[in-house]
Amino acid sequence: MDWVNDVIQGILTGGLYALFACGLSLMFGVMKVVNLAHGDLAVIGGYVALAVITITHIPVLWSFVIVVPIMAGFGYVLQRTLIQAALDRGVLTTLIVTFGLSVVIENALLQFVNANSHSLGTGNSIITSSFSIGSQIQIAYLLLLIFVVAVVVLLSLQYFLSASKYGRMIRAVADDKEAAQLSGIDYRHVFGIAAAIAFGTVALAGIGYGMYSQFSPTTGTDTILLFAFAAVVIGGLGSLWGTLVGGVVLGVAQEIGSQINQSDQLLAGYIVFLVVLVIRPQGLTTRRAQS
Amino acid sequence: MTEPPKGRRPAWTEERGTSDEGRRGFEGAPEASGKGSGPEASGASRASTPLLEVRDLTVHHGQLRALDHISLRVFPGEVYAIIGANGAGKSTLLRTIAGLHQPTEGSVLLDGQDLTRLRPERRATQGIAMVPEGRRLFGSLTVQENLQIGATYAREGPWTIDRVYEIFDWMSQRKTQRTAQLSGGEQQAVAIGRALVANPRVLLLDELSLGLAPVVVQRIYAMLPQILATGLTVLLVEQDVSQALRVATRIQCLLEGRTTLEGRPSDVTADQVEAAYFGLAGAAAAPPDEGTEP
Repeated sequence: MDWVNDVIQGILTGGLYALFACGLSLMFGVMKVVNLAHGDLAVIGGYVALAVITITHIPVLWSFVIVVPIMAGFGYVLQRTLIQAALDRGVLTTLIVTFGLSVVIENALLQFVNANSHSLGTGNSIITSSFSIGSQIQIAYLLLLIFVVAVVVLLSLQYFLSASKYGRMIRAVADDKEAAQLSGIDYRHVFGIAAAIAFGTVALAGIGYGMYSQFSPTTGTDTILLFAFAAVVIGGLGSLWGTLVGGVVLGVAQEIGSQINQSDQLLAGYIVFLVVLVIRPQGLTTRRAQS
Repeated sequence: MTEPPKGRRPAWTEERGTSDEGRRGFEGAPEASGKGSGPEASGASRASTPLLEVRDLTVHHGQLRALDHISLRVFPGEVYAIIGANGAGKSTLLRTIAGLHQPTEGSVLLDGQDLTRLRPERRATQGIAMVPEGRRLFGSLTVQENLQIGATYAREGPWTIDRVYEIFDWMSQRKTQRTAQLSGGEQQAVAIGRALVANPRVLLLDELSLGLAPVVVQRIYAMLPQILATGLTVLLVEQDVSQALRVATRIQCLLEGRTTLEGRPSDVTADQVEAAYFGLAGAAAAPPDEGTEP
């Protein structure tokens, strides 16, 4: 029964990892940007939520209504300025620029906030309580909620990309941005929209993480970025549902690892990550040789 | 759609005027567009404003001078063909007109308005559409979605997605297929459709025949009269010189980025074209050389 519980906990945690990963995957799939500041953006999302809750006294669970648009707007502006400027100078430059952005964000948080850990909604009963199935399985409402949110986000993203005008433009630009320009499409604007979506999802993930655990200025690169990368690579780069598969595999591996030995939790996750890289470098959900 | 390239036409010098292979469907092209349907292409009206004008265009690829002071004027209703060997700068010229390259000198004007500083997407909405070399379809999108992308910022005009389905009758049955699954000729048709639905004023066609079997090329060029009948002006680049001479109302030959010949197809001789194409100095008097194919 312990194993069943581990698997269930792992699957639910995978929802959180998928939320972290889908923005990373989207930015890579559309503009070929490997965003090394992705984890730090989740942490910014957490801090923004903290500030918004302190100022407006909005319930934690509804803070996303304000935080997500703020982060999405920030994403659009950052893409149109800094990241686009880096892209114009080559793909490798974006790697250096987003790495630099990550360093700047961390140090700015240390400088202007503090190094303390924060978490969101510690007093909220929905966030801290759980329910039981049988005697062995305990499910936290929060984890279940995050998992449902992740699935809803992925479903809406998929619907948006496949059925809406802007989704179609995003896919066209991802295929061939020069050909899209010839059809009158300003790919920089489309990139901005994709970045806004990515930042919106990472803000959601940051809020979820803040309720699930605690964050400090360095959590972004210490934990979140690595989990997001692992989930994306396990699931398959550029695949939306791959991020959920990757997140779930990573989550389950971590839970089983911690069952074997408490200190093996992270190790188990990265071992699975490496095994997938060796055996199926294209990821679990994407087919090989997609040219 | 996978006919072997059998019956590859001989050197155009022999073919012009003697061979009628592949002429079916092209008879009407120049007449329908210019000479027959109005005075636009006649000598008298060439004094009016050109729809598309390129002035003294120089383009560099790094150190290499790809285009050297090229000028051309395309009048409404014309089919203007740029011919030349590989590396002559034909595609660079079209890409610069579309805005994908920035010239080091010179300007591009549409109906008297200077477009030189505009980005490609702004030029597209002003009425310049291009069918790029190699088709460049959105491979992960369906046929229908490719056309929808073309129509996203379309101008007012006669072309709609349904109209494209009418002239390419196979297309509507396969509209839900991804374009990556289509044959080369079918992809070319979708690429043309994608440009048409934007209702451009000037249509740029870059090497329609590239990588396609001759029969397929014939079929695609056979659509040209129908396309021109809606009032489009066409500037095309073609390596297949006989094809270009057949459809064009005016031609310009490029060699290493320079203009070597300009005129109406009926006014230039095969020898002149050959000389301009290969850059043979005294070629007007040179005997036809069997060994030199483009």
